[in-house]
This record gives sequence, C-alpha cells and structure tokens, in this order.
Amino acid sequence: MKFLDEYRDADLARQLAREIQRVTTRPWTLMEICGGQTHAIVKFGIDELLPPALTLIHGPGCPVCVTPLEIIDQALEIAARPEVIFTSFGDMLRVPGSRTDLLSVKAGGGDVRMVYSPLDALKIAAENPGREVVFFGVGFETTAPATAMAVYQAAQKRLTNFSLLVSHVLVPPAMSALLSMPDCRIQGFLAAGHVCAVMGYEEYFPLAKQYRVPIVVTGFEPMDILQGVLMTVQQLESGRAEVENQYTRAVRREGNGPAQALLREVFQVVPRKWRGVGEIPRSGLGLRATYAAHDAEKKFGVAGRRVEESPDCQSGLVLQGRLKPNECPAFGTKCHPEHPLGATMVSSEGACAAYYRYRRLQPAA
Amino acid sequence: MNALNFNVTCPVPLTQYPQVLLAHGGGGRLMHQLINRMFLAAFSNPLLDTHHDAAVVDLPGRRMAFTTDSYVVRPLFFPGGDIGSIAVHGTVNDLAMAGARPLYLSSAFILEEGLPMETLWRVVCSMRDAARRCGVQIITGDTKVVDRGKGDGVFINTAGVGVVAHEQVIAPAGVRAGDVILVNGDVGRHGMAIMAMREGLAFDGQIESDSAPVHETVQALLAAGIEIHCLRDLTRGGLTSALHEIAEAARLTVQVEEKLIPVREEVHAACELLGLDPFQSACEGRFAAFVAPADAGRALEIMRAQWPEAGIIGHVTSEGGTNVFLKSAIGARRILDLASGEQLPRIC
Repeated sequence: MKFLDEYRDADLARQLAREIQRVTTRPWTLMEICGGQTHAIVKFGIDELLPPALTLIHGPGCPVCVTPLEIIDQALEIAARPEVIFTSFGDMLRVPGSRTDLLSVKAGGGDVRMVYSPLDALKIAAENPGREVVFFGVGFETTAPATAMAVYQAAQKRLTNFSLLVSHVLVPPAMSALLSMPDCRIQGFLAAGHVCAVMGYEEYFPLAKQYRVPIVVTGFEPMDILQGVLMTVQQLESGRAEVENQYTRAVRREGNGPAQALLREVFQVVPRKWRGVGEIPRSGLGLRATYAAHDAEKKFGVAGRRVEESPDCQSGLVLQGRLKPNECPAFGTKCHPEHPLGATMVSSEGACAAYYRYRRLQPAA
Repeated sequence: MNALNFNVTCPVPLTQYPQVLLAHGGGGRLMHQLINRMFLAAFSNPLLDTHHDAAVVDLPGRRMAFTTDSYVVRPLFFPGGDIGSIAVHGTVNDLAMAGARPLYLSSAFILEEGLPMETLWRVVCSMRDAARRCGVQIITGDTKVVDRGKGDGVFINTAGVGVVAHEQVIAPAGVRAGDVILVNGDVGRHGMAIMAMREGLAFDGQIESDSAPVHETVQALLAAGIEIHCLRDLTRGGLTSALHEIAEAARLTVQVEEKLIPVREEVHAACELLGLDPFQSACEGRFAAFVAPADAGRALEIMRAQWPEAGIIGHVTSEGGTNVFLKSAIGARRILDLASGEQLPRIC
C-alpha cells in the first residue's frame, strides 16, 4: 500500500539498524512515549534489530491504560442508568473498573455503544432527544480536539442531552514527571508523532534544556521508529540534547492551529490522576465552566469516587518504564487479556498486552 | 445478483400482509401460505416437494460428511453477498473442508415479527441462486417466528450433507512437519466489508465480501491426486484462528510470512485506519490447505486457475512446540496471537 509499504521495507530496516549499530558506542536507555509506537516495536520486532547496548523502555502513552480506576467506575455507574446511552471508543469497553467493565454493563441491559468519533455520539444525541447521551472522552492531545468539537457543536445546537465524561491527558507534563523522578533511567525520548501533529513541538524545548535530554518527534512505522532511535542515539553520542523532528511528513513545529484554538475554547488545564503513576499537576484537560452543562460528572453526580488498585498489578512500574511487562510476577499467570488486572493488559496499545500478544514465550531478561 | 432478484415481486404479501406476523410461524393457514408460496416455490425439487417431515435420500458411496451452521449476520445485505448467500456458501464450504462433494442442505428460518416479506423474498431468492450455483438442493426446512425485538430480522440455520469419494484423511491430525500451507486468495475481506457497512465507514472503492463457494477447488485438488493433509475455512477469527486451531490439534508449529499472505489494498487500508488485524478478520470464501511439500507447486497451480490471488503462505515445523509464528514485514519473528474476543478498534 502506498505511503505504508515504503515505511516497512525489510532492506531499509536492516540498513538503518546497521547505522544505529555503527553509531552506538555506549549503553543508552530510550523511552518511546506513545503506546502506538510500543505496539509497532513489538509487532514488527523492531527492538530485535537494535544493538544490545540500547534499551527501549515503554512509556505511559496509552490513553486507555492511564485512565484512572475512579473515572472508569464513574463511567460504569453512568452507563448502567436506564436513561443513558453511553458511547465510547472500542478500547475502553473491556477495561476493568474495580468490579466490572462496560461490556458487562451492556450485557446486563445498559445501552453502551461503540463509536469511532465523538461526533457520532453527538448524532446519537440529536436522534434521541428523550435520552441522555454520554461520550467517554479519553486520550491524549490526539483525540482531544474531536471531543472538543463534539462539545462545542452540542453547545451551538443546544443539545442539552449530550454530555462528556472527560479524562483527557497531556503528554509533556507526564514526561516532566518521569524525568523528575529520582531514579529516572531515561536518557532520550521518542516523542509521540501524532500528539505533535496537533500540538507542535515547541513545548518540548524547555524539557530538553532543563533535563538535558534529547527529544525526537517520531512516527509510528518501522522506518520512523528506527530513524527516531538513530537520531536520538546520534544526539546522545555527540553530547547534544535537542528537540528534533523525524516525522516531518506529518508534524510542523507550530502544530495544528485550529485544533489548538478549539481545545482552548472548550477545555482548561487541570491536575489529573494517571493510573499507575499518580496525580500529575497540569496534566489533564477539564471542561471550562462555560461548558459545565455538558459535564457528565456534574450531571450525574458521580464525582469524588475513591477506589484501590489490585495489589498484584504492577502496571504503575510498567508505565513508568521501571519494569518490563514480562518481568511482572502476574504476567501471563494471574493477568492475561481475558482476565486483566490492570489496563496495560487490556488496550491493544498497552505494553503488557503487546508483550502478551507477541512476546509471551520470551523469558524475562 | 440481489438487485436482479429484487425485481421479482414477492409472492407472499397477498396484499394484506407485507410483513412477517407471529401467525406466520403459528402452524395455521398463514404459515402454510408462507412455506408453499415462498420457500417451496423458490427451492422446489423432487425431494423437497414430497412435503414430508424428513427428506429421504440415496447417497452414492459409503462415506458422507454432515455439518450445520447458523447465520446471524447484520446487516442482512452487504456488498458481495447477503445472509442468504452465505447461509449456502458457509455450509457448502464446511462440507468441502472434509473433501466432501456437497449434495443437500436443510434450511431453518427464525424470522422476526415485522420483517418485510419483500426482504425475506430477497433472501430466499439469493439462497436459491447460491444453491443452484453450488449444485446443491435444499431438501428440508423449518420456519419459526419470534416477537418483534427478539430477533434481528432473519436468522438462518443450514445443515448440509455431502459425499466423500476420496480415501484421504483430511483432518487437523493429518498435518505433518514439512507441510506447505496455501490460501486460495486475499484474506479478511468479508469481515471488513461488514465492519465498513455496519459502522457507516466510507472508503475509496467499496469493500466487497469474499463470500464464495470453494468446493469445486477442493474437488479439483482431490481429482489431481494432491496429498491434502488438512483443509480449514477462514471464517470467524480469520486466518489467525484457523492456523491456531490446526497447530493445536496437530501439536506442531505453524510458520507463516506476512509478505506472502495476500491482503487487498482496501482491506489493508481499512484495517490500518481502524487498528484492526486483517489476519483476524473473517472470510466467507477462503480456506487454508495443508499439503505434502512435493505437491505444493501443483496445488498452487490448481488453486490459481480459479483464484488468481492464491498463494503459499508458510509451512509447518516440529521446532517450537505448539505455536503460530509470523515473520513480520521487516523480517523479525513474532507470535501470531488469537484475539481475546471480537476485535475492538483502537483509539488512536
């Protein structure tokens, strides 16, 4: 397929891998931020092409994985109400809350529907004026503009039966939180290309400078990731800590202006709890007061839930890059995709699920 | 095909009943009208026309294959087929996977109250045409009607009987290390055609289901004396499920190569967009054949005569226990894993 096959070429991959090998003289630890990149790395076996001196650790960039248990429980509570049509991206349906998941709520009679776009949820709201339609807004800066557009249009069209359970999160504050941890091993980042397509990459300059860490905006195909790794290693080897853009075919420095304007119109930056990581200041998006009428948390009075994670789940350490999924004692035993203890085993972008899917026969290092 | 059938006026409405009523399943006059004017009229053959509770048939040879399958597809009509055509093709193909020549089908309908008669007629005509093309007869059947809201328009169950004329053992247990694996065409198209339609996704160029009968190809392989160890149709769970089932039953490793597995560009594009895996997407006219290595070249030629996109996708080995491995596009080896349930589209 055009624009795809050329980024998955076996010969080119080997050439890039040889070049990475050539420039690597010391051990380095890099983190790919985005779950989409983790998935591609494990799916295509990209890490097998890298020299042993390079370690890739998998970052917290899976929106499903970092959505806190409290918000999932709120979703389950709202979805079970008879007047509600609860809409969500497919990935969220199987994520376990503290007791059940959305698919089980659906089986129990809840009207839970999978949508591909928040605007589809808005359409459902327009078609069902007698019902309350709630969209579960999860994801990074990548999905947030579409959610913002749905709320914006709902307000314009006075669709008061449309509301949003919002759990959007922002990448740069999470990178900053990881870098300020005392035992941080990350020496270079592959930044998430799609997030940067929306937001641009100016936000990363202060991070690179403050923590002396190279950040390379990277795409999602094997060639992108290998080239991103090469650019990061070249910086590390030459003692540079700069922001570079590998993903030039999709990302401009300033990002997507109209999308950013829409985000500013609808959302404000708020503190947000990340599943497995904890609360990170200024790391989430919440609805502005002007859109409070569309806030499902307020509408259904589900704020203020507190729940505990499974004590066997170490997804927090996995999300922080301190533990490889197959090093967790529960991996593949107590925890597998049919019975996930944590969200990293549920989402196709979750590091644990990716390892289970493609790597479970490989012993932990 | 469907458009043509649609022009044929439905024989049942009798002006006052344009929709299926509960009474159409009630055993009275309405049910008899439905059976006589719709099902018997469309499927007519001497065995069916005996109007007996069971059809009595003579089967040539000593060995026979017998199978059943239920069809619950939504939407009922999709590009490249409909519930009627897959209800015939699916069961015919199940028989073909045993190397059988399909002869007879049964057809049991579960209809939802309120189903337009015109819709049912389209389905019935499609079954009739598919059965004709496959050279099978529908010789017995049943009709039930459920309350509105308790069904999804039409559910169909078909059972099928075929004769096994060859002496080979075609079964998962027959698979040996060294066997070569072939598929008869591009994979994953039916599942993506349904997904695209169900979710209202528009792509450049419509994705058409691959629904088709494959029994003639299997008969051609047998007639040429190909040593076939196992055949498996790639329906629910797609290629991945089929390979896992065989690997587990044979206790061997299946090794396939991503680059060798044919996938149409539009299917590939839709899967990339939705975060789905074409190898896990269902087909309705595709099968994998496990054949002795010496016969692989000839088998491919025979397949390609009917299916130009057919190809050799991998082989079976005894190294690596019971597993399915995929050599990825960039040359690394990974597990080809089963999906947990239905494939869920990714977020971003």
